[in-house]
Amino acid sequence: MFSLLRSMWLVFLHMFHKRDTYQYPEQKAPLPARWRGRIALTRDPDGEERCVGCYLCAAACPVDCISLQATEDEHGRRYPEFFRINFSRCIFCGFCEEACPTYAIQLLPDFEMAEYNRQNLVYEKHDLLIPSQGKYPGYNYYKVAGLAIKNKDKGEAEHEEPPVDIKSLLP
Amino acid sequence: MPIINIDNIPYEVKEGKNLLEACLSLGLNLPYFCWHPALGSVGACRQCAVKIFKDEQDTRGKLMMACMEPVKDGMRLSVNDSEAVAFRGHVIGWLMTNHPHDCAVCDEGGSCHLQDMTVMTGHAYRDYHFSKRTYRNQNLGPFINHEMNRCIQCYRCVRFYKDFAGGKDLDVFAAHNHVYFGRQQDGTLENEFSGNLVEVCPTGVFTDKTLKQHYTRKWDLTTAPSICQGCGLGCNIIAGERYGSLRQITNRYNGAVNGYFLCDRGRYGYEFVNSKDRIREPLVVHAPDDKANGLPVLQHVRNRMKPGKMIGIGSPRASVESNYVLKELVGEHNFYLGIGEIEHELIRLMLKLLKEGPVRSASLQEAAAADAVVILGEDLTNTAPMMALSVRQAVRRMPVENAISNIHMPAWQDAAVREAVQENKGPLFILNVVETKLDEVATGAYHTAPDNIARIAFAVSHLLDGTLPEVTGMSDEGKQAAATIAAALRGAKRPLVIAGYGGGSEQVIRAAANLAWALKQQGADAMLSFTVPECNSMGLEMLGGLRLESAVDAVLNGSAETVLILENDLYRRLDLHTANQFFGHCKEVIVLDHLHNPTTERANIVLPAGTFAEADGTLVNNEGRAQRFLQVLSPQGSVQESWRWLLQLGDICGHTHLRSLLHYDDLLKAIAAKYPVFAGIDTITPPADFRIAGQKIPREPHRYSGRTAMLANINVSEPKPAEDGDTALSFTMEGYRGEPPSSVIPFFWAPGWNSVQSVNKYQVETGGSLHGGNPGKRLLEPNVNGQTKFYTNIPDPFIPVGGHLLLVPLYHIFGSEELSIHTPGIAQRMPAPYIMLHSEDARRFQVAAGHLLYFMDNGHQYALPVVINDTLQKGAAGIPVGLPHMQVAEAPQLVKI
Repeated sequence: MFSLLRSMWLVFLHMFHKRDTYQYPEQKAPLPARWRGRIALTRDPDGEERCVGCYLCAAACPVDCISLQATEDEHGRRYPEFFRINFSRCIFCGFCEEACPTYAIQLLPDFEMAEYNRQNLVYEKHDLLIPSQGKYPGYNYYKVAGLAIKNKDKGEAEHEEPPVDIKSLLP
Repeated sequence: MPIINIDNIPYEVKEGKNLLEACLSLGLNLPYFCWHPALGSVGACRQCAVKIFKDEQDTRGKLMMACMEPVKDGMRLSVNDSEAVAFRGHVIGWLMTNHPHDCAVCDEGGSCHLQDMTVMTGHAYRDYHFSKRTYRNQNLGPFINHEMNRCIQCYRCVRFYKDFAGGKDLDVFAAHNHVYFGRQQDGTLENEFSGNLVEVCPTGVFTDKTLKQHYTRKWDLTTAPSICQGCGLGCNIIAGERYGSLRQITNRYNGAVNGYFLCDRGRYGYEFVNSKDRIREPLVVHAPDDKANGLPVLQHVRNRMKPGKMIGIGSPRASVESNYVLKELVGEHNFYLGIGEIEHELIRLMLKLLKEGPVRSASLQEAAAADAVVILGEDLTNTAPMMALSVRQAVRRMPVENAISNIHMPAWQDAAVREAVQENKGPLFILNVVETKLDEVATGAYHTAPDNIARIAFAVSHLLDGTLPEVTGMSDEGKQAAATIAAALRGAKRPLVIAGYGGGSEQVIRAAANLAWALKQQGADAMLSFTVPECNSMGLEMLGGLRLESAVDAVLNGSAETVLILENDLYRRLDLHTANQFFGHCKEVIVLDHLHNPTTERANIVLPAGTFAEADGTLVNNEGRAQRFLQVLSPQGSVQESWRWLLQLGDICGHTHLRSLLHYDDLLKAIAAKYPVFAGIDTITPPADFRIAGQKIPREPHRYSGRTAMLANINVSEPKPAEDGDTALSFTMEGYRGEPPSSVIPFFWAPGWNSVQSVNKYQVETGGSLHGGNPGKRLLEPNVNGQTKFYTNIPDPFIPVGGHLLLVPLYHIFGSEELSIHTPGIAQRMPAPYIMLHSEDARRFQVAAGHLLYFMDNGHQYALPVVINDTLQKGAAGIPVGLPHMQVAEAPQLVKI
């Protein structure tokens, strides 16, 4: 009898507690920064696409829902010609983000992707690309890679010596 | 056989090998870079270190390079010794100090030997944090991309390019830690085998530039075993597809045919498959009163087929299957071989000589093992490029054998053996109408007319065997040449005689056979090799049919009205005027082909045929080896195999035999049953119901990506994957993951070995045959028991005729082949039409280089710009054949100027 009354008392006290329930959708839940939600393609500090079309995300994807085609601009910079994620298959495991060598593909704290039509869950590059560096500001893959691109010649990347003069015999 | 103890386990290994080869042959994982099974060892990279112990009591041992140590009986070594493992890890670490952070943007990534070896040694994190050396790259032409920063200085590229393939324009420059592998200046790599650098280079310094245009990782390719369509040698290739287009051709090791290498025409000539000129849907030209619109296309074809008035024209670039079905459909007496008169006569003769003569035809690898070579009337580099590569190896054979017996070095000690051999060459004699690229390695090269070549060869046969007829009226030069050749051939144990279509002369073919037979009679293990122009020239001739000229006659005299043309551009077979006349007289022209060409423009109905990438089929190469190519991709549109179109047509027409062939395997069995010469053609690959552990063999690797996204833009519900009812392969990544039978290996991959070097795991021993034997089946074996009927009819010497020139065909690796020129890079390297003259003839006709020379042929006038070459026989004129816009179809022939 006592325990019954105690339980009722405790329930009664909860009326004065702070509420745990969020009044979604009017009220949004705070999500941690590393929440694995919607996938986006980020840009490097210069505002260029970070994705170099290396296909590692596609290979890592356990449900094979990423497909892309790499191509090159006239200066040798690689970028994806198309980049498609079929979110109706995506399981938000984050393997693609782990596999990405350029921090291009990132999972963002956003899960509001419901659609009435499944076809609308197929995201193309223009749907995925965001004008932001995402979680990893400051990283620029081409600054560490050996490839020459526009405005970065051979030997101008970080930790690179100027190109070898192959005609020199100096030690 | 010696027994060696590796990590205290005894293994039986083959004598004469080095430890690295022995370990790899045993299936052990030992990292290496500079060693290559075809190039031997130089011990440059220090990667394959193992610990060798003196005896059982020795516990310290010493580190040695496995590739430099010969196998000795009772030897004790350790691969997994901690010191050896640490040493190998450090070596990779040093090699990687200057290697850029490039894998994500490197075309080699995913099929990179350096990646594999780095992972294998456990050097997964960079210890080096200082600055890296950089280089400027060169533009190496349309085939090869250069990214010198990635180099690890293994020297494989120059060893292949200079030492193996005889190239001159790739070398190593600069000094100490600045060495640079490239050309003296920017420019196209000239060697015909430059594409192999892509596979030889263990990392991404040299990569495939055509792949770069539509880049795909190895793990994303749908691949199938295929056969190169570029010439008659039938090199084995792996063709890879992604998103519906063909992306890359890589070498498919075949220990009897192409080994580890391909020529550039074979590697890069694939882009016709993706060409915008492809025929994707059937095309029907309707007559104005034709109310039949809307019928299925095969109904149209049937409606236009008049019984008794229909003929079929086969093709040397279509499979045996397609030609067979066409022959059955139109009947034996209405089936014409779609090849020119001269070509037909030559191949018929070659086939007869190989079947009835006592000397066997040489495979490419047997040719590379010859110790004396005579080439009669062939410019091999341009007519059968991989054969030229074999000849380059054969030339080294004798000096290498001498050197090994003198200095007691095994043949794989590449640097030492090269030092001992210096510039010594084995006997190679080339008789051709004009200089050839192989002349540089020849003991003797003679440039004279085809008839004179035959005369010299007959004279050599006489010198070898006095009972054979003597050649009278020889010039002193000719006598001298014959004597030199005969003297060199007398000591040879495995001499090889090569002739073929390039010379365009039956006399030369006969003389070549005579010479090989004479050598055989002298007790040598002689070999004979004939080159043929197209991938299935030999198969078509074995199937047999009437000559193309009779088809023209039949149409012109009205006995035939409907012509069914199988994958053939008759404008390349007949001269422009005859072809126009022929099509003008045809009532109905039905063409099956994959690319639009002048013939399809004359057609009333065009059916879209599958290329080699979209079809299954069998080709017979110059050696008489039947090889199967399997479908790589399921085609877009209505494209299907020619034989399938024709089988369906046979079904609609009520052809009882064709109706009974329900499956691909039925078709193969029917061919084997009807033609004894094709016996065994149905067993080249396992049948369609072949399963391993109840599973098919997947065309896609287990890492294949994007299945649920690649077509999601069209429809988010994935379509059912294509099914392959014809072969034991599936179009998916599901299936048996182990090693498939050697004839249906879709790609080479082994755990830890993602690059092409994984072929080690598929071989009985490194550089040996594939497990279960090399694929393909030889259909032609020599008649060793019969009496050899030598030819005694010696042609008259060539005498220039006043006012005339003998047109001789000149071939070009880039340009003479019909399909490969649809690749932009190959088209770029194609020469412009020309006529080649000796300077004296040019003076005689009062023309200079660059002038137009007018000549008459069959009453029609042609004009071509003149090129002067003084190695050409006087009185002869060379014309490049097969180039687009060359309207002269037949050479050699005498023309009036």
